[in-house]
This record gives sequence, C-alpha cells and structure tokens, in this order.
Amino acid sequence: MPTLEIRDLHVSVETKEGPKPILRGVDLTIASGETHAIMGPNGSGKSTLASALAGHPKYEVTSGTVTLDGEDVLAMSVDERARAGLFLAMQYPVEVPGVSVANFLRTAKTAISGEAPALRTWGKEVRGAMENLRIDSSFAERSVNEGFSGGEKKRHEILQMELFKPHFAILDETDSGLDVDALRVVSEGVNRAKETTDVGVLLITHYTRILRYIKPDFVHVFVDGRIAEEGGPELAERLEAEGYDRYVGTGATMSA
Amino acid sequence: MTATTTDHSRAVADGAHSHGLVPAGSRAERVTSFDLADIPVPSGREEEWRFSPVARLQPLFAETLASDGVTVTVEAAPEVKVETVARDDARLGKAGKPGDRTAVSAWNAVTEATVVTVPAEAVASDVTSVRIDGVSKDATAQHLLVHAERHSEAVVVIDHRGDALLNQTVEVVVEDGAQLTVVSVQDWADGAVHAAAHRSTVGRDARLKHVVVTFGGDVVRITPDATFTAPGGEVEMVGLYFADADQHQEHRLFVDHGVPSCKSRVTYKGALQGSGAHTVWVGDVLIQAEAEDTDTYELNRNLVLTDGARADSVPNLEIETGEIAGAGHASATGRFDDEQLFYLMARGIPETDARRLVVRGFFAELIDEIGVASVEERLLASIEAELEKSMSVITGAPAAE
Ligand SMILES: Nc1ncnc2c1ncn2[C@@H]1O[C@H](COP(=O)(O)OP(=O)(O)OP(=O)(O)O)[C@@H](O)[C@H]1O
Ligand SMILES: [Mg+2]
Repeated sequence: MPTLEIRDLHVSVETKEGPKPILRGVDLTIASGETHAIMGPNGSGKSTLASALAGHPKYEVTSGTVTLDGEDVLAMSVDERARAGLFLAMQYPVEVPGVSVANFLRTAKTAISGEAPALRTWGKEVRGAMENLRIDSSFAERSVNEGFSGGEKKRHEILQMELFKPHFAILDETDSGLDVDALRVVSEGVNRAKETTDVGVLLITHYTRILRYIKPDFVHVFVDGRIAEEGGPELAERLEAEGYDRYVGTGATMSA
Repeated sequence: MTATTTDHSRAVADGAHSHGLVPAGSRAERVTSFDLADIPVPSGREEEWRFSPVARLQPLFAETLASDGVTVTVEAAPEVKVETVARDDARLGKAGKPGDRTAVSAWNAVTEATVVTVPAEAVASDVTSVRIDGVSKDATAQHLLVHAERHSEAVVVIDHRGDALLNQTVEVVVEDGAQLTVVSVQDWADGAVHAAAHRSTVGRDARLKHVVVTFGGDVVRITPDATFTAPGGEVEMVGLYFADADQHQEHRLFVDHGVPSCKSRVTYKGALQGSGAHTVWVGDVLIQAEAEDTDTYELNRNLVLTDGARADSVPNLEIETGEIAGAGHASATGRFDDEQLFYLMARGIPETDARRLVVRGFFAELIDEIGVASVEERLLASIEAELEKSMSVITGAPAAE
C-alpha cells in the first residue's frame, strides 16, 4: 500500500532579501485511502508545504525527507513527481493562454500514464467527469484557466484529480471561494476519486464546512511552519470554535 | 509584464492625437519620394532608424545595386498571370512612394520587376508561390508587384530562403471588391540581410490580408504600408516573428486612413531567445480628418524566452477626427512565465513539452488567422525548430538537425 512520508521537512522560500525559512520540521505520514485535513492560520506555511511537495522551484528544501512508497520524492523533477502519482490542486491555478483544456487534459494524461488514452473512451470519460462537476462542455475549447471564475478554476482542478487518478492528492484550499452548491459538487468529485482509486488526500482548509462532505481521518493543526497538534475529526470542530490562539500563544510565536 | 492598452473610440477631435513611447512627429509629415536626393543615407539617429543596425544595412543604401543576388521563381495558380517587365512599366510605382532610404534605393536601383496579376473577376484556384532564393552576397535590388484586379480573389506567398543582401520592394494593388492575401515568409539562412518596403493600396470594398512571418536571417527590416483609396476597404495585418541570438527583426508598419469607413486590424506577435536577439515593432496608424467612421485596432505582443533578448514595441495612433467607429492599440512584452511552466509540469508534462505548449499557445490565435493551410503547417514546423534550439540551451543537449 503506497505511503507518502514527510520527515522533519525544512523549507525556505526565495525572497529578494535571501532565503526565508518557512517550514520548520514537518512530520506527516499519509497512507492510501486516508484523508488528512490540515488547518492553520494565514501565513503558517500550508501552501508552502503543498508547493514544496510538488517541487516548485521557488521553495528550497534545506533538510528532511519526502518519500512516496520508499522513493525519494525530493530527487524527482516536478513532472516526475506528478508521474509518480502526486497531484496538487492549487490554491491559485495558473492561466495558460492558447492551450485548450481538451489539449491540456489529453497531453497531461498521456504524460502521466505513459501512453495516449484511447480516443473514444477518453472523450467519453472527460465529458462524463465534466458533467459530474457541472462544468459546461464549452470549457473543453477554452484556454486553461483563462477567464475562469474562482469556482470554475477549483472545479477544473478536481476534474484533473478525477481524470489523472493520482495516488496522493494535495488540495490547497479547494473549498475557498466556492458557494454551497459548488462546494457539494467539488466534494462529491473528491469522494468519487477516493472511492474509485483509493487516493490518499491531504486537504488544506480554513473551514469545517468542507469536512462535513469529505470526512477526514486525521486533523493536523499547522502553526508557524510545523504541525502543532494532531487529532481526529473532533479537533476541527474545536478549532472552528476556538481559533488558533492557544497554539500561537505558546511555544514558537508566529514570525511577522 | 509591461502593457499599455488604449481605447480611442471616444477620443475627441483635438487635432492630432498622438502618443507612443516617443512622440514621433506626424506620419503625414514624413518625407516620401521617388528621388534618391530627397532621402539621404541615414546616420541611425533618425526616428525611423533609431532601433536599426544601420551599419549592417549600409550596403543596401547604395545608389546602384546588383540584380543577380537572388533568383525569383513563380509558380502561379492557373488563373494568375506572371510577367517580367522593365522598370519603366506604367504599372509600377502606383502603390505609393518610398518612405525611407532603403525603399528609395531599391526603387532607383532595380532594372526590371516581376508582375503577378490576378485578372478581374478571377478566383485563383490555388496558392501562387513566389520563391526568392539568395544565391550570392552582392547587394541586390528586387521588385515585385502583386496586382489584384477588381473582384478577383487570390493568395500569394512570397518565400525567402538562402543567403542574400536584398533590398526589396513589394507593391500590392487591391482594386475595388478584390480579396487578396499576401504572405511574406523570411526563412533566410544565417547571414542574410533583408530590407523590404511593402506598399499597398486598397480600393472600394476591397480586402487585403497582409501576413509577415520572419524567422531567419541576420537582419530583417520590413516596412509594410497600407493606404485606402476608397471607402469600404479592409486591411488585416498579421505578423509573427521568432528571433534568436544576434538576430535583428524589425517590422514597421503604417496604415493610412485617408478615406471614410475603412477598417484595419493589426496583430503582431513575436518570441525572442538568446543573447542579442532584438525585435522592433512600430505600428503607425493615421486617421485623417476625412476618414470618418474608421475602425482600427492594433496589437503587438512579445514573449521573451531567455535573458539577453530585447523587444521594442511602439504603437502610435494619430487621430484627426472625432467621428470614428473605434480606435485602439495594445502593446505588451512579457517574460516567459515560469508559473505556467510549473503548472503544466505539475501535471506530469515534461519541461520541453510544457515550453512548447506555452509558446504554441502564445502564437495559436495568430496562426489560425493566417488562413493559408500550407503556411500554417510550415509555421508550426518552424516554431518547433526554433524551440528545439532554445531547448538545447536549457537542457544542454545539442539541437536535432
Ligand atoms: N515568494 C515568497 N516571498 C516571500 N515570502 C513568502 C513567499 N512565499 C511565501 N512566503 C511567506 O511564507 C509564509 C507562508 O506562506 P504560505 O502561503 O505557505 O501560507 P499559508 O499557510 O498557505 O497561508 P494562507 O492560509 O493565507 O493560504 C508567509 O509568511 C508568506 O508571506
Ligand atoms: Mg495558502
């Protein structure tokens, strides 16, 4: 059973003033089929963790390890990580003008599975997945993310998660900016993927409302670049009620 | 990314309304002449030469030029007539006067011209191809007239290859109701230096699609002009260029709206890579006082793929009447966006394929607009070949031949 293992991960971000340490020793193990929620205040480093796992060049891993099924993820290029089964649904998906969604999905699917998908069944699969996520079929001919509303971008990310069938998916605030209906539609998409592919999910969020649709097995409180506390779903409720004061107040304080 | 976008559709008639990065003086006041004495050899400080490598163009400024540095081969559609005529043929010189030194030198130096005529009412059943092959490095003048008689339709592709020092005039006459597409492809070998003055006139309800595609050569400087002679005319200018290390590619166009109810659209896009790659785009549009109900828009975008490349972009719109249907321009030069690359790679797409997707995407809408299938295919292949070069820079692997 594949496992994503993060050990003592330290990450700095490149800034004009030089490297700035953000992650200060993250430990986290996710097994297939498990759903882990990460909650934490703004600026605590949640997106940094997601970007570092995906291999964004701006983030430098200064120490620690990440393995996927024993393989060294940190030694892989960005595209190799994706082909190894990592998927990142981004907080701010990037617009790629002139590249149609249909072309993009086919190209990525071909790269990930190592062969072009069978034309007939692929078309059907894409259309079906788009329908399920209430994405109008006209989006297939539009440029990737260009002019998409916030909610449309998020649905397009989950569309990819369903089509690419990763072993592990990191969802960075996929729920932000979604209205109640879209939240339900997107959550259903994630749950479909969980049922059909046994994907392990790392769900970054500020709100418990998405956790009512996507049930987490574990909840981690992320503060100041590391995990400050871990628990079950009940921890999420407590966080929503009490906020993060108790964590921010003790131990390492948040850097400005 | 630096970008400027301006919508002049509600501009008031305040006399000349002009702006560019540097006020260039009115295009209407620029000297044009058939006489060499009127347009001296430039120093490089003149407005129209300030971006150009004047020293490398020097051989083309001469009063006399050879005629045998290029060969001209025309494969015409069956409906289209091709002649070689002497320089005093009455049909030459009808599409306007030379507007700079290379143009006036070319006009005075040629001994003969190639005339491609699409007869009245004829609809060409095939593309007419004019091949210009560089065969020696003698500075050479060459002249081509493409004449679409009234209500005719044709596509003419001018294809430049080999190595040459060429000073060229392309005259384009589109008579009433005719529809003409002219494509000029600069696919020169390294070392070629090419100056070309394209002068076009567009008649009543006529339509000209003017396409420029520049890939090869050391220095390419093209000045497409279009003048409307009667209402209802339409000009679409499309340009695509890809400059490598130490290449200079300059496109200076001028659309002269001097009669009412004409429409012009200009879309030029370029990519640059390698140190010393330099592109220049200057888009002058003049809407004269008589040209009411004019509709014009021009756009230039540049994609800088590597360090050390430079793109100059100067849109310049002069409006002398408030009674216009629409007028605007946009210009933007941006670096290759690493976030786009990251997004695509994070979906498993290898770096080379991801770069290819982004650059093809940048040119995509433009390629669709060309509307000549053979040219579009060749273009895609050329873009691939260019990207192959940049990929070899990035990955350190030698480019595939
Ligand atoms: N490129 C950068 N330059 C400078 N600082 C950065 C950069 N990227 C991230 N940071 C800083 O790193 C810290 C963590 O940012 P990150 O985006 O990971 O937080 P987050 O937990 O995802 O916050 P949010 O809940 O607001 O999405 C912040 O203080 C942020 O300002
Ligand atoms: Mg974030």
